[in-house]
Amino acid sequence: MSEPLLDVQNLRVRFPTATGPVEVVRGVSFTLGRERLGIVGESGSGKSMTGRSILRLIRKPGEVTADRLRFDGKDLLSISEREMRKVRGARISMVMQDPKFSLNPVMTVGEQIGEALAVHEKLPRRQIRERVLTMLEAVQIRDPERVFGLYPHEVSGGMGQRVMIAMMLIPEPAILIADEPTSALDVSVQGEVLKIIDELITRNGMGLIFISHDLHLVSQFCDRILVMYRGEVVEQCAASELDKASHPYTRGLLASVPQLNETRELLPVLDRSQWETA
Amino acid sequence: MGNGMSAISLKNLDVSYGDTRVVEGVSLEIAEGECFGLVGESGSGKSTVLRAITGLAPDWEGEIDLFGQPRDKSIDKRFAALCQMVFQDPYGSLHPRQTVDATLSEPLAIHGIKDADRRVPEMMEACGLDPRFRFRLPHQLSGGQRQRVAIARALMLKPKILLLDEPTSALDVSVQAEILNLLKRLRREQGLTYVIVTHDLPVVSFLCDRLAVMRQGRIVEVADVAALKTNTMKDPYSRELVEKSTTRITA
Repeated sequence: MSEPLLDVQNLRVRFPTATGPVEVVRGVSFTLGRERLGIVGESGSGKSMTGRSILRLIRKPGEVTADRLRFDGKDLLSISEREMRKVRGARISMVMQDPKFSLNPVMTVGEQIGEALAVHEKLPRRQIRERVLTMLEAVQIRDPERVFGLYPHEVSGGMGQRVMIAMMLIPEPAILIADEPTSALDVSVQGEVLKIIDELITRNGMGLIFISHDLHLVSQFCDRILVMYRGEVVEQCAASELDKASHPYTRGLLASVPQLNETRELLPVLDRSQWETA
Repeated sequence: MGNGMSAISLKNLDVSYGDTRVVEGVSLEIAEGECFGLVGESGSGKSTVLRAITGLAPDWEGEIDLFGQPRDKSIDKRFAALCQMVFQDPYGSLHPRQTVDATLSEPLAIHGIKDADRRVPEMMEACGLDPRFRFRLPHQLSGGQRQRVAIARALMLKPKILLLDEPTSALDVSVQAEILNLLKRLRREQGLTYVIVTHDLPVVSFLCDRLAVMRQGRIVEVADVAALKTNTMKDPYSRELVEKSTTRITA
């Protein structure tokens, strides 16, 4: 693979607390090419913080440092906020977990998607409208004309998430960060949404960072996986080799998921002392 | 399922929200001590069945009997003592400004039961909550601990039936395992009857004895959990649902 799209070395995110600073991301390093990279871990493992820090979305007093955070020849940590705004949304964008809380409730779906485009490109209104309608079609919304004029509360969860994906992809970014994009959705809709993300990623030759707590989902969907625990990457492997994972934490997570033909009387619970002292 | 009285008996249950009928003609017999799963896609009406049983969806017709007692549509304390519900989102279902102690004591106060001081720590222990948490607020607890509090609250009145609406889908897999183990143990220890609504078929496989597949407000099939495990359910839609859950992406 040629030059990676994104190069992250020794990323750290810190928050001051009354009892001294707490490091929530502790020296994470990875590179991302035109591929699907999955980051898995439990809540509090720092996976979302990793995603957010790439876009410099960590609010003060949080503090982000890294030896390197390079995208497109730029060091994302040193450029000005003004320059960052040209990257955020336009070049790297992010799909959040819950469409209910991430869409503007008082703007129609079409206006919102159009806004994402208008902020980054000067285009005549009619052209924006056309691009929005094409994008809505691309995320498989059957009646884009009608959906264009709907407000977020008038669309279902799955449709809301598709709207958000449309909004994030309309400026044609190079990298999409998807933070639990399907966890708020029904299983039956999850598949569809993932398929749409997958198709658009492949078509546009983008890089994807897929953040999720669902190991099985990630292993089916991504090319490569990072497993995070307590702010660190404890395991890195090809998605197809997840079942050969060696770290006790990864193994523990895999074992704690019930199976369809479950015969165990009790599910194994993670024994964190096993690797924390090590 | 055994002779004798059913714990829950639904006959021709229709439930509506306004003009929309979301559940139609649901009939079920759930035996005492059984764990029964209700599965289906969102919008299939599975949660609404639970809501009708607890009284959160009062616009229903048909019959709801618990241990042979017909349920009417008014608020009924006796009924609350018999049947309680646990919701999906432990963040949304606990009062943010009430301590664990207040949350767990409230059902006792409402029902005029005095010995909260004994019962609260007892129930916390049964639900695997450290006694230190007793005077904490929900935001000081993790998601799994909050769900334990929600389960403890539901059990404070020693009900015989627990209705569980996606009790683990907001939790991490490792925490899900703990909560599922807890539910299994509580059911055994207290002889509870469960009705669990979930879209997660492996959870049904782990916890339940039987399940019903719902689609568009109707039950398409009632099966033994063995049929789920071996993928030998009869209805094509049930099988489709099983397929979908095993291969989510290549759908």
